[in-house]
Amino acid sequence: MEHAKSGPSSWPELADVVPVPQDDGPSPVVPIAYRDDFREVMDYFRALYFTGERSPRALRLTTEAIELNPGNYTVWHFRRLILEALDFDLLEEMKFVGKIAECNPKNYQIWHHKRWLAEKLGPDIANNEHEFTMKILAIDAKNYHAWSHRQWVLQALGGWETELEYCNQLLKEDVFNNSAWNQRYFVITRSPLLGGLTVVRDSEVDYTIEAILANPQNESPWRYLKGLYKGENNLLVDDERISGVCFKVLKNDWTCVFALSFLLDLLCTGLQPSDELKSTLEPIRSSHPETADADPVTVVCCILQKCDPLRVNYWSWFKATLSQVS
Amino acid sequence: MDPSPQSAPPTGDDPAAAADPELPRLTVTQVEQMKVEARVGDIYRALFGAAPNTKSIMLELWRDQHIEYLTRGLRHLGPAFHVLDANRPWLCYWMVHPLALLDEALDDDLENDIIDFLARCQDKDGGYSGGPGQLPHLATTYAAVNTLVTIGSERALSSINRDNLYKFMFRMKDVSGAFRMHDGGEIDVRASYTAISVASLVNILDVELAKGVGDFIASCQTYEGGIAGEPYAEAHGGYTFCGLAALILLNEAEKVDLPSLIGWVAFRQGVECGFQGRTNKLVDGCYSFWQGAAIALTQKLITIVDKQLKSSYSCKRPSGEDACSTSSYGCTAKKFSSAVDYAKFGFDFIQQSNQIGPLFHNIALQQYILLCSQVLEGGLRDKPGKNRDHYHSCYCLSGLSVSQYSAMTDADSCPLPQHVLGPYSNLLEPIHPLYNVVLDKYHTAYEFFSKE
Repeated sequence: MEHAKSGPSSWPELADVVPVPQDDGPSPVVPIAYRDDFREVMDYFRALYFTGERSPRALRLTTEAIELNPGNYTVWHFRRLILEALDFDLLEEMKFVGKIAECNPKNYQIWHHKRWLAEKLGPDIANNEHEFTMKILAIDAKNYHAWSHRQWVLQALGGWETELEYCNQLLKEDVFNNSAWNQRYFVITRSPLLGGLTVVRDSEVDYTIEAILANPQNESPWRYLKGLYKGENNLLVDDERISGVCFKVLKNDWTCVFALSFLLDLLCTGLQPSDELKSTLEPIRSSHPETADADPVTVVCCILQKCDPLRVNYWSWFKATLSQVS
Repeated sequence: MDPSPQSAPPTGDDPAAAADPELPRLTVTQVEQMKVEARVGDIYRALFGAAPNTKSIMLELWRDQHIEYLTRGLRHLGPAFHVLDANRPWLCYWMVHPLALLDEALDDDLENDIIDFLARCQDKDGGYSGGPGQLPHLATTYAAVNTLVTIGSERALSSINRDNLYKFMFRMKDVSGAFRMHDGGEIDVRASYTAISVASLVNILDVELAKGVGDFIASCQTYEGGIAGEPYAEAHGGYTFCGLAALILLNEAEKVDLPSLIGWVAFRQGVECGFQGRTNKLVDGCYSFWQGAAIALTQKLITIVDKQLKSSYSCKRPSGEDACSTSSYGCTAKKFSSAVDYAKFGFDFIQQSNQIGPLFHNIALQQYILLCSQVLEGGLRDKPGKNRDHYHSCYCLSGLSVSQYSAMTDADSCPLPQHVLGPYSNLLEPIHPLYNVVLDKYHTAYEFFSKE
């Protein structure tokens, strides 16, 4: 990132401008020991900002100020006013902000500026924005701002065609990436091309179950699975594949907290007793004689209190609440 | 392995690694998590293996060092802080608030200088900006007001121009009901919280400001149960706290699925004993507050929680229009009356005692904060290996306070020794968890602003 070789005080175009020092008062608190170049740029920025000047020289000053502190939302706001007044080439501006974003991928102001530009540039810029967020996510696959921006672009400007495939790819690289699972949920529920959740639910359940079986300790697919039946608990209980995956995982490892927790959920929502349920709970009951005669919900709650000690308070409360609620 | 990309099982196995099928390729998430667990594990092993004397020192809150670090920052910050040049009221809050938690009084000159500085950040048309001469912003307004409330003097509280502040907030209101952070700025759940928190605290919250906020926040609850910054984004601890706290201040907590929210937050506490911000991400000390306080808030909402649980487990859809508009704390609010005393929701909430004990592991959380977040030279940090900073000092200590007080019941006038990890002198001042200001200071402000 190149800074001006010499500060604004030496720019001929600013010769008539009187810099305005910051009014920190006689006895400043949280005073920052600004370096001289920083102070100079901000003093000149203030001068033009206070007069509301919308000119090329003002634009140039905001560039300097942004490069020194991209978190200064006042400068960005003023820059937007100038860009509009000058009817500036917004594609050029998008390139500029892209460079700043690469060095500051977690800065709110930069992403907001991109959103503002993209809104003005319209659907033609969608591809560019998707390539950009893809680049950022290739470095940090969970960057919250990048995901927000990507979702906004999809909803406002389109580009849905390849999004599910993108999620597939990210999950192949890192099946623990919860942001990718969240994006998947977004695509299957909001994409105008897929027909909505009920249409794709079946294949999504299969996809998710495979992910769970490959890594039962991965929390993301368990939550995703629950999400597929959001608001339709009776369907959740009726889908044998769901209880099936719980039984399968527990058969292998009856201490798997996510499986136990999911099973508990199913039981509370009306999962009927079955031979499979019985045989799944069998090893638990035999290792915990105190649960021998207890109902399935109690058995699962008890074992969770033991296997998930970090959440002992939560499971105790849950157990107590269930006995009142039922 | 099915070659079709559309249905390739997401096993995390790379075909290239099939050369040695015994070794599954670890993903980035797994590798990063293992590194942190190893570091944190080393620290905890050192604690458990230590002699009693060493153990006591390790579990001590290093008050003097933190006080020194925080106080110094109030009078001097190095050039590297230029990146926070638009966040100076935050810097004030991140120092003044934890100092108050540590029960360390500021000297009068310093207090007056802070009041004067924040007055220079107050915009003539309302709201506070990130520094003198900058544009007013809801987050810096929140930081400034919370700082002034923490100082708590008549001079501090009367320096807030409430009429203009109301107008500023009204200008920031979007047609959707949500708030923008600043003129032409971004809309997200943080903006809703900072606006509602401040408005409630200084008693300017009315039906006009409150309109639509609750519905916007509710639309940000995800399939995971937590709350995101915007609709459809990922559930996140910071936004979960902001969303829930704002809803409570609006007496609209029932608009979100609370059992689902609690279930998500409870699972954010991992083997490291601290909280992560999102599923499958790393522990971070600041979430001690964002997640810890969020789940602690629900201890006073159990009536609503139980009702929602009952509803969901009997397969009935919870009715959108809840016929009963009474809040769990017995404060009736006529939803569509223009004479709602919003400030009272915040007051009544804290008057109520916990209906149940903590739903998270409060001692484990304290263990993470004391052993992994504290820095020997003063200040607190995200996790071992990261540097201290004022933001983490503020939120780690806020989280410590929340967990120390979380197990209190009606009968207790203060936390019992078994609620406080380490020496009892570790006990911090209690906060009002909806605003995150020290409780005494909240009461002073409540009285002051209810006279207005």
